[in-house]
Amino acid sequence: MRTIQEINEKIKKGDAVILTAEEVSGLVAKKGLDKAFEEVDVVTTATFGPMCSSGIFFNTGHTKPRIKIGGGSATLNKVPCYAGLAAVDLFLGATAIPDDDPRNQVYPGEFKYGGGHVINDLVAGRDLILEAKAYGTDCYPRKFLRTKININDLNEVMLFNIRNCYQNYNVAVNTSNKIIYTYMGALQPRLGNANYCSAAALSPLLADPLYKTIGIGTRIFLGGGIGYVSWWGTQHNPGVERTAKGLPKTGAGTLALIGDLKKMSPQFLIGTSMLGYGATLSVGVGVPIPILDKDILAYAAVRDEDIVAPIIDYSSDYPNVKFNPLGYVNYAQLKSGVIRINDTEVHTGSLSSIRKAREITEILKKWIQAKKFYLSEPIEKIPSVDSGYKLKLLKERPIEE
Amino acid sequence: MIQKAKIVLHFPKERVDKPIVSRLVKDFGLEVNILKAEVNPNEEGVMVLELSGKKEEYKKSLEYLKKEGLRVQPLSKDISMDRNKCVDCTVCVPCCPTDALERNPQTFEVKFIKEKCIACGICIRVCPYGAMTIEF
Repeated sequence: MRTIQEINEKIKKGDAVILTAEEVSGLVAKKGLDKAFEEVDVVTTATFGPMCSSGIFFNTGHTKPRIKIGGGSATLNKVPCYAGLAAVDLFLGATAIPDDDPRNQVYPGEFKYGGGHVINDLVAGRDLILEAKAYGTDCYPRKFLRTKININDLNEVMLFNIRNCYQNYNVAVNTSNKIIYTYMGALQPRLGNANYCSAAALSPLLADPLYKTIGIGTRIFLGGGIGYVSWWGTQHNPGVERTAKGLPKTGAGTLALIGDLKKMSPQFLIGTSMLGYGATLSVGVGVPIPILDKDILAYAAVRDEDIVAPIIDYSSDYPNVKFNPLGYVNYAQLKSGVIRINDTEVHTGSLSSIRKAREITEILKKWIQAKKFYLSEPIEKIPSVDSGYKLKLLKERPIEE
Repeated sequence: MIQKAKIVLHFPKERVDKPIVSRLVKDFGLEVNILKAEVNPNEEGVMVLELSGKKEEYKKSLEYLKKEGLRVQPLSKDISMDRNKCVDCTVCVPCCPTDALERNPQTFEVKFIKEKCIACGICIRVCPYGAMTIEF
């Protein structure tokens, strides 16, 4: 047993041993749990993939004379922002697209520039065009604003992910006779491909499947800077079916994350266009797992072959909310490039980048080694397996006129 | 003089139901080898053709195709991958009909093998990061 405080003291002295999630499973296999526990203090985990529930809150600074954009409207590079806040506080979501984007009217839509791309431009330091309309008040008389603006002009700008780090996910296929365009990529007809989206054994919530160390207040790598777990994420669903090792067999837990965009990097926040689906933002996240006891280490040493995911038909079952898996496959199979569904060989593609996730686990490791990053004690746990907390569908109710 | 060339034809969706290839044979006496075709009703179509025939007739056939509203593009190593934009997600890999996009099983990096590419353009459309481009 050890504490986060003890680990931080070791980091301070330069004595802490930090391994990536890939390195630790090798170590545990080689030396056994007891020996490995004596050696490892921290395991770094990471994921990089499209996260639609991403956005930025920002404050533009007041104009002279003042304008109250709140209750009016605003765009950044023509992409609409949410202006239902105070005078010059705005929100921009990753999936927002310009009003004149043809969307899926020209099918499949290309969604070349949306909120995610604006966020990438902003974090890269590029000038954007801010346009705003307001109704004008006695104290905020101005009605129009059109100006260049970049990240340095903003007072505060924080990335906020209302849902990120999905713990496991579906493998998407298409059994119909025509190509479909989904958030899991273009799915070729008749099981032409199978797309998955998880960093698997590298993924934070698969390396801490029961949320023993990751909680509210956990300090993390977010988009190339430092962020925090601010809450559990939307659609958090810890009570799903799990394997004997406690690993969820479908999408389960999620995290809400927050961090200072000014400290982030365009390498880890990339605007993304899903053909026929929409614009989004790919986000890089890294989470350190303090190895406080042998249980935590055993979970962190998870391997791709231990984690299974359901194969879901996105041509009919997914849109109609039918959970009717065509089978389960593990991530070692998925990462091999070919899986078998019934008797068909199907080639796999991923939305989540292993190369990027590995890069993040290495960066986070270096930060800790360089004493730039200390582990934080979570202030509060997030609801776990036995909490009864679960995801519900919307029950529509008739409106009496 | 006999001209032999590989071309990529892009059909706007309103031209997809017109018989175009047969006219190349009938009106211009060209020999046509269809290397790849993706033509569906109400969708933009792509066809990769190998044409051979008399040089003047070949030239005239290109003019005819352009007049019909088709985009004609020579097939000569014209797709390229921008390594700065590619994040190596691998979503393009199973979509490539000729295995010109390969995932390294160790590094998970995606490699583009130009020699195998027939410039069908599928990767350009499915890449979420705009890393695949066509160059003329």
